[in-house]
Amino acid sequence: MLKINNLHAQIEDKKILNGINLNIKAGEVHAIMGPNGSGKSTLASVIAGKEDYEITKGEMLFNDDSIDELSAEERAHKGIFMSFQYPIEIPGVTITNFIKTAINETRKARGEKDMPAGQMLKLLREKCSMLGIDRKFLSRSINDGFSGGEKKRNEIFQMAMLEPTLSILDETDSGLDIDALKIVASGVNKLKKKDNAVVIITHYQRLLDYIIPDYVHILFDGKIVKSGKKDLAVELEKRGYDWIKEEINN
Amino acid sequence: MSKYTEDDLKKELETKQYEYGFYTDIESDTLPVGLNEEVVIAISKKKEEPSWMTDWRLDAFKIWKQMKEPNWANVKYKKPDFQKISYYSAPSNKPKYNSLDEVDPELLATFKKLGISVDEQKKLSGVAMDVVIDSVSVATTFKDTLNERGIIFCSINEAIKTHPELVKKYIGSIVPKTDNFYAALNSAVFSDGSFCYIPKGVKCPMELSTYFRINEAGTGQFERTLVVADKGSFVSYLEGCSAPSRDENQLHAAVVELIALDDAEIKYSTVQNWYPGDSKGNGGVYNFVTKRGLCEKNAKISWTQVETGSAVTWKYPSCILKGDNAVGEFYSIAVTNNFQQADTGTKMIHLGNNTKSTIISKGISAGKSQNSYRGLVHISPRANNARNFSQCDSLLIGNKCGAHTFPYIETKNKSAQVEHEATTSKIGEDQIFYCNQRGIETEKAIALIINGFSREVLNKLPMEFAVEAQKLLEISLEGSVG
Repeated sequence: MLKINNLHAQIEDKKILNGINLNIKAGEVHAIMGPNGSGKSTLASVIAGKEDYEITKGEMLFNDDSIDELSAEERAHKGIFMSFQYPIEIPGVTITNFIKTAINETRKARGEKDMPAGQMLKLLREKCSMLGIDRKFLSRSINDGFSGGEKKRNEIFQMAMLEPTLSILDETDSGLDIDALKIVASGVNKLKKKDNAVVIITHYQRLLDYIIPDYVHILFDGKIVKSGKKDLAVELEKRGYDWIKEEINN
Repeated sequence: MSKYTEDDLKKELETKQYEYGFYTDIESDTLPVGLNEEVVIAISKKKEEPSWMTDWRLDAFKIWKQMKEPNWANVKYKKPDFQKISYYSAPSNKPKYNSLDEVDPELLATFKKLGISVDEQKKLSGVAMDVVIDSVSVATTFKDTLNERGIIFCSINEAIKTHPELVKKYIGSIVPKTDNFYAALNSAVFSDGSFCYIPKGVKCPMELSTYFRINEAGTGQFERTLVVADKGSFVSYLEGCSAPSRDENQLHAAVVELIALDDAEIKYSTVQNWYPGDSKGNGGVYNFVTKRGLCEKNAKISWTQVETGSAVTWKYPSCILKGDNAVGEFYSIAVTNNFQQADTGTKMIHLGNNTKSTIISKGISAGKSQNSYRGLVHISPRANNARNFSQCDSLLIGNKCGAHTFPYIETKNKSAQVEHEATTSKIGEDQIFYCNQRGIETEKAIALIINGFSREVLNKLPMEFAVEAQKLLEISLEGSVG
């Protein structure tokens, strides 16, 4: 589904990604872990198409097509979704209005008509009950005055509504207490299907107790230096990141 | 990556054309340019006015001659040459209409282009409409329905003849001839406008509406609106404006007076879309307007305005809260783009006990425009327990525009509670990226953000106006209507 070959990216003159290789197939869950400043969030932003970053080398293929030249919204229309580490507030725009616009813009880009109001309402209800969200929540302005947990839940709710093929969860666990973490994780698990894939970007492995990854990659200095299964995350949690650094240096 | 930067957006905004910029070829009856006593008398004569009205105008003209143009507002413009303006222009050959069928078909085509098919409006929205083109009332619809309830809704000119006692009593009572330079000028030369009277205890069954348009080149428009809501009555009044694109500046100096007697309520909504000038700052309407309302006991006046047009706007719809428990409200969205300048706000004058006022002002600036909020909250010594809440929010697009807030608060009574909140924000790249990531393109994202920003005020508009206003906001600031 997503194939990244030798990807190099920088912001202004600062090189952040130094040759990423990654192959994500449908039905898989990948975790990308790494210390602060290793390039985790940059990788998420580059896949999503944030313009601040310049790709200097390598390529990204999504379902065999290059997405390097596509705008962020075009990537979204293809089914790439990113759950933000710090979701921004948009005062006065309700979640309902926002997600309705997002869905219909995506449909428009795919040459489809607007979703009929009745169908939209049904979908909203369905996803709310699936994620245990009170529907009153949907009339609030996007992220305006939300707690950390509410912000992340809103991200997962949007993911549920948009039904993306590839979801990138950027530090979704940061700032969440254990209850909120469980709620968010169970939401992600419910949305997992055999034809979609999830990339979890995280510093700690605690989220991985609830969303079990098929693969774990360790990012260091803009490169994936080690890949493994779930036990790699456990080892990291036990030993910290220092042994990785030593391993590289030797 | 295909980049859509803020610069692209700005470029697009600059080249965005004024959508209502066409000119209708209707034969006009226009007075020669210039202003003197003869012109004032000629206007009065053309209107077949009684002599008391002619004298009133002449008195105003005398006052005006003694006055100087105000220059305290935060706007810069070339002062109009008052001797180069024609003070009267009327579509000719049609002094009076009984129905729309008699209206010049070209004129009706104008309405169609404006997107206000009059008959459609009649049917769909139940809006009684008075259309003022180049200062003359063309048609007032729905007259019979209103007549049954004793509601008077007609051109001010007609009211001067048919209800002189009402006009005489109230005209100039809220905005006196001496009030300011433009009010004095308007009092001398106003050529038409609307008059509305709601009898005691009557709730007006439909929205009353006036549509203003300046068509003729080199003319000024000076309309005068007078709304009187008698005890315990209610009326919702709408006003819309547009003008064709022209290279020279056109002057619009209106006066609106509202009187809400005991327990009455007036809701006055404006969507102002005068020609704003081109992207280089040429042309556009000078919009110098005085609007004020008086609230007697338990009365309420609510001003809602969406200001997207005009090269220069100078406008402060105000409330004099004279009676005890009177309520004044001001909800405003002012959008400026390119070289537009707006200095707008309100005055809430608290005279009675337990009077309450609310001010919500949303300023949106783009291009090289300047957008100022100027508001006065005055609590007089005898106004016990007066309350005010003011909120002024500014939104900036790009970094060449300006937003300014000038709040004046004068409290002379210790029991007063006055709150003022102000925020300034920029549409952030992070907000746009967030929308982009959800599949919403940049233009649409901006429309969404702006609508969210303006929501508190848009919600105050009557339904059919809210839709138009929302569309206007998008047109004024974007390359396309979403």
